Amino acid sequence: MLGILRQKVGAGSSSAMILGQSMQRIRPTTSALRAFSSSAKEMTVRDALNSALDEEMSADPKVFLMGEEVGEYQGAYKISKGLLDKYGPDRVLDTPITEAGFTGIGVGAAYYGLKPVVEFMTFNFSMQAIDHIINSAAKSNYMSAGQINVPIVFRGPNGAAAGVGAQHSQCYAAWYAAVPGLKVLSPYSSEDARGLLKAAIRDPDPVVFLENELLYGESFPVSAEVLDSSFCLPIGKAKIEKEGKDVTITAFSKMVGYALQAAEILAKEGISAEVINLRSIRPLDRNTINASVRKTNRLVTVEEGFPQHGVGAEICTSVVEDSFGYLDAPVERIAGADVPMPYAANLERLAVPQVEDIVRAAKRACYRSASLAASA
Amino acid sequence: MHQWMRKSGTIVNHFKSLLLVTNNLSSWRSYSFVKRSQFAASFAHNLPVADRDFINSSTHFCPRRFESVKSEKIANNVDDNQALELPEGKVKFTPKLRFISETADERECCYRVLDENGNRISSSNYVEVSKEVAIKMYTDMVTLQTMDTIFYEAQRQGRISFYVTAAGEEAINIASAAALKIDDIVFPQYREAGVLLWRGFTIQEFANQCFSNKADYGKGRQMPIHYGSNKHNYVTVASTVATQLPQAVGAAYSLKMEKQDACAIAYVGDGGTSEGDFHAALNFAAVTEAPVIFFCRNNGWAISTPTSDQFRSDGVVVKGRAYGVRSIRVDGNDALAVYSAVHAARDMAIREQRPILIEALTYRVGHHSTSDDSTKYRPVKEIEWWKMEQDPVTRFRNWMENNSWWSDKAESEARNSARKQILHAIQEAEKVDKPPVADIFTDVYDSPPSHLCEQEKLLREAIKRHPQDYPSDVPL
Repeated sequence: MLGILRQKVGAGSSSAMILGQSMQRIRPTTSALRAFSSSAKEMTVRDALNSALDEEMSADPKVFLMGEEVGEYQGAYKISKGLLDKYGPDRVLDTPITEAGFTGIGVGAAYYGLKPVVEFMTFNFSMQAIDHIINSAAKSNYMSAGQINVPIVFRGPNGAAAGVGAQHSQCYAAWYAAVPGLKVLSPYSSEDARGLLKAAIRDPDPVVFLENELLYGESFPVSAEVLDSSFCLPIGKAKIEKEGKDVTITAFSKMVGYALQAAEILAKEGISAEVINLRSIRPLDRNTINASVRKTNRLVTVEEGFPQHGVGAEICTSVVEDSFGYLDAPVERIAGADVPMPYAANLERLAVPQVEDIVRAAKRACYRSASLAASA
Repeated sequence: MHQWMRKSGTIVNHFKSLLLVTNNLSSWRSYSFVKRSQFAASFAHNLPVADRDFINSSTHFCPRRFESVKSEKIANNVDDNQALELPEGKVKFTPKLRFISETADERECCYRVLDENGNRISSSNYVEVSKEVAIKMYTDMVTLQTMDTIFYEAQRQGRISFYVTAAGEEAINIASAAALKIDDIVFPQYREAGVLLWRGFTIQEFANQCFSNKADYGKGRQMPIHYGSNKHNYVTVASTVATQLPQAVGAAYSLKMEKQDACAIAYVGDGGTSEGDFHAALNFAAVTEAPVIFFCRNNGWAISTPTSDQFRSDGVVVKGRAYGVRSIRVDGNDALAVYSAVHAARDMAIREQRPILIEALTYRVGHHSTSDDSTKYRPVKEIEWWKMEQDPVTRFRNWMENNSWWSDKAESEARNSARKQILHAIQEAEKVDKPPVADIFTDVYDSPPSHLCEQEKLLREAIKRHPQDYPSDVPL
């Protein structure tokens, strides 16, 4: 239905190392484009991340990048392209394959005052190192009473890609967002990618930066302001991608694109949806979400991760706590299926949210179709 | 060395002038000989004035001191036709079907300078220690012993919740600290309070932490003995086992990038070497050529697990070679041996930009912690033997007395003074207020985010509404 095109991208000579690197192309959301500047300049998310890294490394000699394949290979997804040549092997470090090792080393370097950017080939691999992310990075500032701050960025692709099965298709937003001491960001567009990565690198606290493999090759219009090397986005602020008055849809990462497509379909049926791009999962911009719900009186949350204790659950709680009286309909939660990701393409498609799921949920919230509760 | 030079041009320039050739041992020997005065001078520069004399007058660096076994340089005289060319060098072929033995013919020796009676073994080569430094080492060992005894008792009396002693490992604590410089970054496990003591952390500061009052640098956020002090370059103790090892490599890598004349040192117990972090750290340290010392206190017991159940290798020292890390085994109850080994390790780590592994053999004379009764799983006789026959403090004292640097009078003065100071510090620490409400919320992030400010506001309002339900020992 989306005209999904699966295309293997040549992963070079050592393709065996990169599990099913693939791209999924989503039809450009033309309505979203108008929200950006009228400038014709476009940039892929990959180039946005690459230029943000480049500019921050250039601006601050304390910033360095480490991870598997980030140097000679230019990154499993080419995010670090050209950086080894420019900054040399001291600042673009190819590491042995031990996530717990290089994450611990990154944390130690941050203790001492460097600003490491640790790349996980995918966030699925960060589980090998989660002790260092949670017990060391997130807690050290508190446990040392401010004596040791940990200015570090953990970044890499997160969530479902395409055709890589249960162990490589998981969203970690809710996992890391549950931990005090961490900040968790998840960009959607090139503007997000540039502005948020720069903010993450400059931030004095540890930041988990969740990218999406399927967005790397997507192009988005970018304004001159976004391209300026001083550009930076605030952490903890969501962005209203599309204003609307009938229903609020919250989403992050790839799901923002789906939400925008859903909004377009809904518009044709006379429903005006407001799409919030969360950008920051922790801190969560409760004010923007609640203000929107108080205006639209309806809420649909969208995420690719598992439903239980997920980002949607937290947003729902926030709205129940702060804006319960404003709700005109039950909150609708769209999430990945509560199963490990199946490999077969037909089942995989069913296990992650699709645009029509969002459309249906929004209609239910607006009482334009039978609610799930009513049909049960 | 070659690979590192290829990888890091900028750092190479810095060290080119210092580092000549390390490819064969003879030039290494002559190097250490020629450069020793220069090195000694730079070392002395960082010591208090009173300590400098010992460097100039009495330190003699034996030329054979840093020799490492020859086999660590892989022989390169392989016939090209009979060898495999691999990225890390050539490998010879053999027609023999032969497996490498799981054990060496002999166990790795243990370096020792003082015998059990504190007499110096005449053939030993070691780094000499001046009278002033030796006296500070000994008095710090006495203070550490006394502090452990009194704090342990305070825990038994219910005045603090938890404590860990360094009993039996006083020489490891103090002598390793004495061989380092204050710029070296310490990543402790948890049985190294003596390192912090040597660096000038006061008895009162120890007491404030254990009693988690508001003067504690950790603001009462961690269990007793989780000390940390920025100004002493002592990273806050973490309760997790072995995570400090890769972190130390990261800090060492930072020192390398900034071309600092310093190293990182990470302490770990024998049990900690079974953690994945130990292996990751050694491998990464070798590959990144980071100036870091891994100091393993092999005290025989990981809580109730003896080393025979912990690993089947010849202890920890042999694991260095598997990762390409130079290593030494040392008698952990011999302060002079520990001092010399760490001194030499530090020198090599910084000058050659390489990691070093030290395994110190010792015995945990105390229980693992106050939550443990070790007589349940090991013979009291064994504990007593180590306590009475192998005590590192007594051994060092005997050596001091042999040198006429210590007397019974000095002994009773040192012990009395330590005891008085510690009892006083405990009384003072108990009088100080506990951490205030605000300390729950600060330092989660560099600056408090809005949701935490909101929570603090709500808490304060709740306290205002229900003052009678609010505990009186938390200052507002």
